[in-house]
Amino acid sequence: MPLFNEEHLQRLSQTFNRWKDTTLRKTLERRPERLKKFMTTSSRPVSRLYTPLDIADFDYEQQLGMPGEFPFTRGVHSTMYRGRLWTMRMFAGFGTAEETNQRFKYLLEQGQTGLSVAFDMPTLYGYDTDAPEAVGEFGKCGVAVSSLADMEILFDGIPMGEVSTSMTINSPAAIIWAMYIVAAEKQGYDRRILRGTIQNDILKEFIAQKEFIFPPEPSMRLVTDTVEFGTHEMPYWNTISISGYHIREAGATAAQELAFTLADGFAYVEAALERGLDIDAFAPRFSFFFNVHNDFFEEIAKFRAARRIWARAMKEKYGAQNPRSWMLRTHAQTSGASLTAQQPENNIVRVAIQALAAVLGGTQSLHTNSMDEALALPSEKAVTIALRTQQIIAHESGVANTVDPLAGSYFVEKLTDELEEDANRYFRQIEALGGVIRGIETGYFQRELAESAYRYQMEIDNRERIIVGVNEYVAEEPIEIPILEMDPQGYERQVARLNRVRAERDNGAVEKALRELEDAARGDENLMYPIIEAVKVYATLGEMMGVLRKVFGEYHEPVFF
Amino acid sequence: MDRKVRVLVAKPGLDGHDRGAKVIARALRDAGYEVIYTGIRQTPEMIAEAALQEDVDVVGLSILSGAHMALVPRVLDELKKRGLDDVVVLVGGIIPDEDVPALLDMGVAGVFGPGTLTSEIVETIEKALGRELA
Repeated sequence: MPLFNEEHLQRLSQTFNRWKDTTLRKTLERRPERLKKFMTTSSRPVSRLYTPLDIADFDYEQQLGMPGEFPFTRGVHSTMYRGRLWTMRMFAGFGTAEETNQRFKYLLEQGQTGLSVAFDMPTLYGYDTDAPEAVGEFGKCGVAVSSLADMEILFDGIPMGEVSTSMTINSPAAIIWAMYIVAAEKQGYDRRILRGTIQNDILKEFIAQKEFIFPPEPSMRLVTDTVEFGTHEMPYWNTISISGYHIREAGATAAQELAFTLADGFAYVEAALERGLDIDAFAPRFSFFFNVHNDFFEEIAKFRAARRIWARAMKEKYGAQNPRSWMLRTHAQTSGASLTAQQPENNIVRVAIQALAAVLGGTQSLHTNSMDEALALPSEKAVTIALRTQQIIAHESGVANTVDPLAGSYFVEKLTDELEEDANRYFRQIEALGGVIRGIETGYFQRELAESAYRYQMEIDNRERIIVGVNEYVAEEPIEIPILEMDPQGYERQVARLNRVRAERDNGAVEKALRELEDAARGDENLMYPIIEAVKVYATLGEMMGVLRKVFGEYHEPVFF
Repeated sequence: MDRKVRVLVAKPGLDGHDRGAKVIARALRDAGYEVIYTGIRQTPEMIAEAALQEDVDVVGLSILSGAHMALVPRVLDELKKRGLDDVVVLVGGIIPDEDVPALLDMGVAGVFGPGTLTSEIVETIEKALGRELA
């Protein structure tokens, strides 16, 4: 039932026109507006004023419903942050496992409530620290984990059965997850109680971040193997974190981020259904990860639209019956690409605004970026300020006191509807192309992103878009930001440990485990089981990935700009 | 100079974050240069070889992973080995301020971080090639 009745809308329309011809006209004659066109960060046009006329057929129950109920527009919990605050989860990792272990313990002492592991480039690409391809990359943008020995040190003194851990790992996700499971079992925990998330979203790697290794098909098989394994063995683990974050960082607009992420989500659902899994068994463990960029209202609307689209698709298209399958639970991170190297302290303010949008958008967990990330890895002080930003929003701003406080804003509801329509348009385009994988192979997504990224940069270059400290309010002042110092002996220490592992393990057992992994990869059994066996005997990441590289081959993307 | 300035935009190392590289490649093309983009995961040898084959005047390296201090000298070495000493080398990415002087000392003509306007890069190229801006 529409919220606004016909008669009321007609009267309002008359009032609106009268206002336009009188009050507004006079104002515009006296003082034209600052800009010819107003637009969001995603170049979406924004009107001067929003009224019920913009959402004339608004149906509260259809479009919003109640929090904790279908279609979850207002949030996945009925009390939202009154019941429990979002998880403050700072992504961290650098250097050796020892150094990152110290940072984790520091963050937990500072009141952080969940861990989030960043791995270094060689680990993300499935290379051991001493591989020739890994030169210069050790520990730079995450922690190096080459074998179970590193994972054991990374979580030394941290009760793995009590914390929840998110791991940003994609191509080698199955192997790193297996290392986590085995390390937790060695601490004495049953794998069934472990809580956490593996990112495990390979499609967005092909689309945006480019940390793919294998071609799309075997990559999807590995994802589906982990989904199947998790469904049977790890009831509290999120088997995929379907990520828009990287798609946005690569240049997407809010609508593209929303649409491409959900399209990836549908592709994973379809792959798991094809494997014969029951939708209500696996879908509740799919989680999401969205970016939160500068444009306050558009970002809030994006989260709300995402929940509504997912819920409708899961229920109506895929026939899920468990309400947990309909729920889009998400992590959010403030936008790294929005941070500036110039006047880096200003980034504290950007992050605060973005974080506020994520909270008003109803996120389940949040990472706030540090002010120095456009320059280097974050220092401890910068990370602490970023975490404090969340704590101030949670405890001082008052926004956590009520559920979805911006619902009913004509502007926010209109934006939510528009984003949903945009996403539906993209879904139709992707379907017409033959699906997500076809879109990747033909460069559709990459072209869409490159186009948006270029437009954004040109808007800045032409000063149609003002970025404080970059193209306006520029100050020539030296940057005084303390830079994180890493252990200069870290690399040697890591390689020494790796060599010790290779020397001291039972190499016959490793060879056997790797042979079994290879046989399994050539067949169609679930690879999680042979991977766990290989991890237990300390086969290295590079060895296991080497086997899979041999069987699956490596993917090369079409190059263009 | 009749011939268009030729620029190779390359991503050395494992880092796959190619947004900046692609934006710069396109902006330089729009500025009137001939631009070749290598794609991701290029070794220093591959980049120098491409610079030689494509007979470029400028090599732009994009590195966001923090591996610049290891990768840039290797690219410079490989260029030298091929007699490409006079090629203008630019570096862009997440580069801490304290590393900039060292990169310039090695012979890099310009270092650009986030928030760089594409016109600044064009200016640096023109200056390094000894051309007057129109």
